[in-house]
Amino acid sequence: MSDTATTTGRAPSVYVPSAEALATVLAPGARPPRPNALSASLTFGWRALLKIKHVPEQLFDVTAFPIIMVLMFTYLFGGALAGSPRDYLQFFLPGIMVTSVVMITMYTGVGLNNDIEKGVFDRIRTLPVWRPAALVGMIFGDVLRYILAAVVILGVGLALGFRPDGGLLGVLAGIGLLVVFSFAFSWVWTFFGLVLRSEKSVMGVSMMVLFPLTFLSNVFVNPSTMPGWLQAFVKVNPITHLVASVRAAMAGSSDAANTMWLLLWSIGFVVVFGSLTMYRFNRR
Amino acid sequence: MIMSKRNTGLAVEADGLVRSFGATRALDGLDLQVPAGTVYGLLGPNGAGKTTAVRVLATLLRPDGGRARVFGHDVVTEADAVRARVSLTGQYASLDEDLTGSENLVLLGRLLGLPKLAARARAESLLAAFGLTEAAGRQVKKYSGGMRRRIDIAASILNTPDLLFLDEPTTGLDPRSRNQVWEIVRAVVAHGTTVLLTTQYLDEADQLAGRIAVIDHGKVIAEGTPGELKSSVGSGTIHVRLRDAGQRPEAEKLLQAALGVPVQLEADPVAMTARVGEEGSDLEASEQAARALGELARAGIVVDDFSLGQPSLDEVFLALTDHPAVAADERDDQLEAAR
Repeated sequence: MSDTATTTGRAPSVYVPSAEALATVLAPGARPPRPNALSASLTFGWRALLKIKHVPEQLFDVTAFPIIMVLMFTYLFGGALAGSPRDYLQFFLPGIMVTSVVMITMYTGVGLNNDIEKGVFDRIRTLPVWRPAALVGMIFGDVLRYILAAVVILGVGLALGFRPDGGLLGVLAGIGLLVVFSFAFSWVWTFFGLVLRSEKSVMGVSMMVLFPLTFLSNVFVNPSTMPGWLQAFVKVNPITHLVASVRAAMAGSSDAANTMWLLLWSIGFVVVFGSLTMYRFNRR
Repeated sequence: MIMSKRNTGLAVEADGLVRSFGATRALDGLDLQVPAGTVYGLLGPNGAGKTTAVRVLATLLRPDGGRARVFGHDVVTEADAVRARVSLTGQYASLDEDLTGSENLVLLGRLLGLPKLAARARAESLLAAFGLTEAAGRQVKKYSGGMRRRIDIAASILNTPDLLFLDEPTTGLDPRSRNQVWEIVRAVVAHGTTVLLTTQYLDEADQLAGRIAVIDHGKVIAEGTPGELKSSVGSGTIHVRLRDAGQRPEAEKLLQAALGVPVQLEADPVAMTARVGEEGSDLEASEQAARALGELARAGIVVDDFSLGQPSLDEVFLALTDHPAVAADERDDQLEAAR
């Protein structure tokens, strides 16, 4: 408990509050105008970057995990489904990129829940700033993680022989669609992060939602091989629309119908879960 | 008193606040008037509703019933206006533990609208005033308990708020750190900020607060200056431990006669307590204590331990409610679970 535990070799300097020193910081200054919504959100985003700087281990989720996902499924299914891992990769890489990044979105909820538990959240909520800024900023930080994960997966894919016909532009467009959807989808987790009591339950719910959502889609295999009732689900699954759009973009074409569905889903997630989140945020 | 609608000279006015968590009523009709420019203490055991009250007043929780105004602004309908004038230092460190002390303050400065350079300058001068310059570049999670409290308070006065909430600011601190916090609180209020602090210690409320509200089961059960509250329970308590339990009945009689107040027999068969220094008594508590000790010695009763102290919160509670303060601990657990 000593204040000087980490000073080395010097006489311990005990803090004595001095009235003069405190007076200099207590003199009421003019209050600056409150920051606008964007600047407040970016400041919260800066906080996320600082956290990455101080706790770089948290990047494991967006580096090691995606690499394992790509390697595992490419070599597990490649031979059986497409004759060779390399052939499978041409079909599979956009899908596993979507799966990995969408799975990472759940950490938004976990991080928020952690903030609530630690008490930081109380201070944030008493600040006179644009209310959604803290959450938007948090998701801005996460968007950087999504981009990093996507780039890592792309790198592994290229090393294993993935050759997208769409070239650099097609790949960028694909990653762009993925990031837009992930930003929107993160609002689902901010809501659960606020509603659920512990980090563990947030993880539990996330897994329960994410596993069926990502596996019951067109990520791994062509849906035409599935039974009719399953196809019905796969068809409306937003992940299916996303994967189809990303696949098309990376292949150098475009899939207008799926892209439209994907954007509609994204808007829907932001409107519905964004509102629910803000409702809970204000009323906790 | 002349009352205008906007500025009544009150920092906080709460009327009949109610807030439940599940089946537990954490606030059960809480009324409060906190005069601006003073330190006001909310005194009560764990689970009495102190933290809930602070959270409602700081716009973190909505009341189920009643209303509260901070500097005339309703905490529900004008929450933003309230937030612009208050700061909260919660029971748990309300800073990002992964960030350094300096980063935390710059971050908050930016969120309060300071330009980059001004935020940095403000952070530096706060760190210096709170004796944290050396620790500026260290992560907050590596701070000691006392340093954490200081950086937390520094963060809370970043925008020199008009009202500062301190929720149990010294719980868990060593005596030196506790004194530092007290000095800081005195400096803060001397510069015109109203401080609303919650505490479990009568001693702390006594040291800092101009007025105190004693809270139990979500209601104010007594209100006044520290002097008024203490005189309602006596200004001191004598604790006596005898060597021989068999002598207790005799000792009880002697003490009762010498002090003129009822003597309480403790569960421990050799222990007794008595309140002294009640209003109207012509003797100081210490004189009464000396007289009591003399009487016991003359009767040949061996005393192993004898002390005169301020009434504890427990005793204040017992006097005000006829039930001990600790009973509320169970409620606290329920409250936690309900949240």
